[in-house]
Amino acid sequence: MVETVTEYEDIQGLLYAGYGSLEEASFLLLRVTNAAEAKAWFAGLVEEPGAEKLSYHVTHAGHLDSHQEQVLQLAFTARGLRNLGLLEDVLGSFSREFYLGIAGAEAEVEGRSRRLGDIGNNAPSNWEWGTPTEMPDILVMLYAEAGGLAAFQQMVTADLALGFEIIRILATAKAAEPGETRREPFGFVDGISQPQIDWDGTREPGTSDDLDYGNLIAAGEFLLGYQNEYGLYTQRPLLEPSQDPENILAPAAESPGQRDLGRNGTYLVLRQLEQDVSGFWNFVSEKSPEDNGTSLAQAMLGRNLTTGDPLITASRAEIRGVGPDAGDIRQNGFTYESDPEGLTCPFGAHIRRANPRTADMPGGRQGVISFLLRALGLKQDGPRDDLISSSRFHRLIRRGRPYGVVIDHRESVVHGESPGITSGIYFIALNANISRQFEFVQNAWIVNAKFNGMDGETDPLLGNRVPFPAENPTDAFCLPQPSGPNRRIAGLPQFITVRGAAYFFLPSLRAIRFIARQNGKG
Amino acid sequence: MVVAPIVPGREIELRDLLLTMNRRPGTAEPNNPLVPFGTFDTLHFARFVILNDSTLDDLKAFGPETEFSDAPIYLAFLGDCDGPADELLADFANRAAEGLRKIFAFCEGFDPNGDLLEWMRSRSVKPSATYVNWIGRTVRQIREEAVLHEALSKYLAALPINGPPRDLRRELIRAVHDKGPQLTPEAPTPFSWQIRRLLYVLAAALAIYLALLPILKLSIGMALFVYGVFLIFLATPLAIFLVHLRRHETTDPVILTPPSDAHLRALGALQDHDVTNQYTALGSFKPGVFSRWTTTIIWWLVNLATPVLYPRGHLARIKTIHFARWVFLDGKRRGLFASNYDGSSEAYMDDFVNKVSFGLNLTFGQGVGYPRTHFLLWGGAQREQEFKNVQRRHALPAEVWYKAYPGLTLVDIARNARIRQGLERSTMTETEIRQWLSEI
Repeated sequence: MVETVTEYEDIQGLLYAGYGSLEEASFLLLRVTNAAEAKAWFAGLVEEPGAEKLSYHVTHAGHLDSHQEQVLQLAFTARGLRNLGLLEDVLGSFSREFYLGIAGAEAEVEGRSRRLGDIGNNAPSNWEWGTPTEMPDILVMLYAEAGGLAAFQQMVTADLALGFEIIRILATAKAAEPGETRREPFGFVDGISQPQIDWDGTREPGTSDDLDYGNLIAAGEFLLGYQNEYGLYTQRPLLEPSQDPENILAPAAESPGQRDLGRNGTYLVLRQLEQDVSGFWNFVSEKSPEDNGTSLAQAMLGRNLTTGDPLITASRAEIRGVGPDAGDIRQNGFTYESDPEGLTCPFGAHIRRANPRTADMPGGRQGVISFLLRALGLKQDGPRDDLISSSRFHRLIRRGRPYGVVIDHRESVVHGESPGITSGIYFIALNANISRQFEFVQNAWIVNAKFNGMDGETDPLLGNRVPFPAENPTDAFCLPQPSGPNRRIAGLPQFITVRGAAYFFLPSLRAIRFIARQNGKG
Repeated sequence: MVVAPIVPGREIELRDLLLTMNRRPGTAEPNNPLVPFGTFDTLHFARFVILNDSTLDDLKAFGPETEFSDAPIYLAFLGDCDGPADELLADFANRAAEGLRKIFAFCEGFDPNGDLLEWMRSRSVKPSATYVNWIGRTVRQIREEAVLHEALSKYLAALPINGPPRDLRRELIRAVHDKGPQLTPEAPTPFSWQIRRLLYVLAAALAIYLALLPILKLSIGMALFVYGVFLIFLATPLAIFLVHLRRHETTDPVILTPPSDAHLRALGALQDHDVTNQYTALGSFKPGVFSRWTTTIIWWLVNLATPVLYPRGHLARIKTIHFARWVFLDGKRRGLFASNYDGSSEAYMDDFVNKVSFGLNLTFGQGVGYPRTHFLLWGGAQREQEFKNVQRRHALPAEVWYKAYPGLTLVDIARNARIRQGLERSTMTETEIRQWLSEI
């Protein structure tokens, strides 16, 4: 029996919604200067009795029943939790990736940067923030209706001054007007595909249903303290009752004698990805001049530029967790089984890499004998069969926002006209297991030059183009052709550069209360 | 595979010496002066690894009498090669004698003036089970076919991609004929292999014949009686086995100590410098006869079955393992697993957990600290994070690792082989030619 999520008042709203109707947003990276003042502010944010009243609060999923004009969300780096007095052994029981961070000496020694493609121009040594010297303690995310952000941000930053210094304000581009399509700086429709969280525990993971691709994913993949896709509980800090004397935290589901600091929280991956908009459109229009690069750009992404519809026609088969909205079915009601040669959507297209839409075993349901033969590997269909692992263990909720200029008419930047302002996206992913979800997707799928049997190409949009290993190029993009030989485009320049990144813990409201009560150093 | 105990206290010196062979962390310089791996044409992979077991204390959970605190620290020298291993060992003794003597001088009982080959032979350990991704595919073939692929893609790039496929193929065949590269003809399957295959077929036929014999020769009633007796004979030991198995599975201690930071750092530093990584794992078996006999039988079956069931391209559903071996050490008190695999360690583990957890449970389930299994096949590796912790804790950083064809994955190698076959085939259909061209 899978647990139903009920504690919506304990879950930060970002897990539930991307706040699309709040057009303005900014992300503040803070460092704690006075831990006591900082904690007092957190107490106010979660409306602790006795705390100073604030005119805003941390928005939880329960608030989202009614329209919110402004939203504040709060996340911590390991450094932040340490500076707020969380004990080192508690910190050490968070996931190792979070504990060590995405960059820094240890991450480089261990090869994390190498695995994530954060080498060459993407190397942490080139980052504007997120390196050990520019590592924030706290991430404060502010969202507001059009015209409302400036005042909101001013109010928040005034209150922050006592306990924090602001090391960076990540200002986002204004999101689309209501009714308009949300786009990222290259002009693609953004945020189309998301896993659907199984809030009500309606699905038992690991049954024969998973022989078909599904988009309804166990809550435990995105929320600590609940069963994940293995039916297990992801490792997280479980405390002894003596470590939580005020009884603030909830009991751990699988170990009720312990208190769960992770429950209803998750990890947040933030990466600032700068996009070379004119470089991108110049390149594709030079390679495909017949339509100013549109078809090539679409092949690289795997979706139509104008509508965001997949190049692959949606299948008629129902996919669990897609729909019932007709637009969702049109945009996500498909797998790649209908395009085994990659003729419609190239194997290297971004959407194939970001979510290969694979089930637990290729071939779906075909009866018991066939199942056994395939499970034992005694029946395989060709060299590409079964190269990509099951998608359900590697899904991300994305909550990114663009920054800089989001172009409406790409013609204006084609042929060398630079908008004169840097643009990009603040990539934000939520997941309960950074190594199995974000890092796996980035490593095994996005930057892997050998993904799905290919050779010498990485993600056409995100790739760093650094030869690997040694001199082997990774800067190609192949378009399979019905006539035989692939159309191979070599020498793709780097279009997207990492400018900063960090791993955060997005705690539950209980956990924020708990952190606010820590009396460690500070 | 040579395994020799290191002279106590000299481990650090030995490590320092081994590290001089590397061009970057954990990766050997192919022409390093100590053991120039790159000059051995039949060698696919090789490694030197110090078998320093940090998990010996786990045995304490089984009681004081089972402790193995005086377990030696070994130096292991492993290679995966074409042809008989002993021939390669002789070649090593012949052409890398000076370097090997320097290295093995750190091992107990090494006589600097003695016969190196004899010494290595006397320290050779035969794996109980081995796996080869593609039986009979040689280093030379892999390298030549990679060169061929590169040449063909250059030739193809100069041709119009919309030309008729048949004409393109003809042009490509001509280009290779005129400008190369030259390919060494594939060696025929060795006679011993053909004999072995024949024996398998005969054994299978005999087994089926024996199983059907009562029906063929006896009346229905008598046949059922014979089967019944046979079943009882089979059922008794099976029942005894199951009782023991379940007792162990429900009462044996599970050790969930996570790997230390320093250990993970040492492992991580060596990983992902190439598209292929090495994996070396060392651990103790649970004390008692049960775990050793169970493992012995399972490993024997694995060794027997894999070349028949999985001779080409995949081990069950796993397509990323080049070579693997399962080795008993210290009179079956400890075991070693060594493999070479494509992709990151996280991806390798996910493949294990998601695709072949039953196989891991069978072959490693009797190890000390292994996550709890159910009826040998279930549980265990299906406990994702517990399993990943156990395997990382038992993993050893290999001081020196060599791969004969950097940058090539098994998928690349298989594709290059298909490209070569397409070049050499006398006839191909239009569809086959299109498919072939799309792979170049």
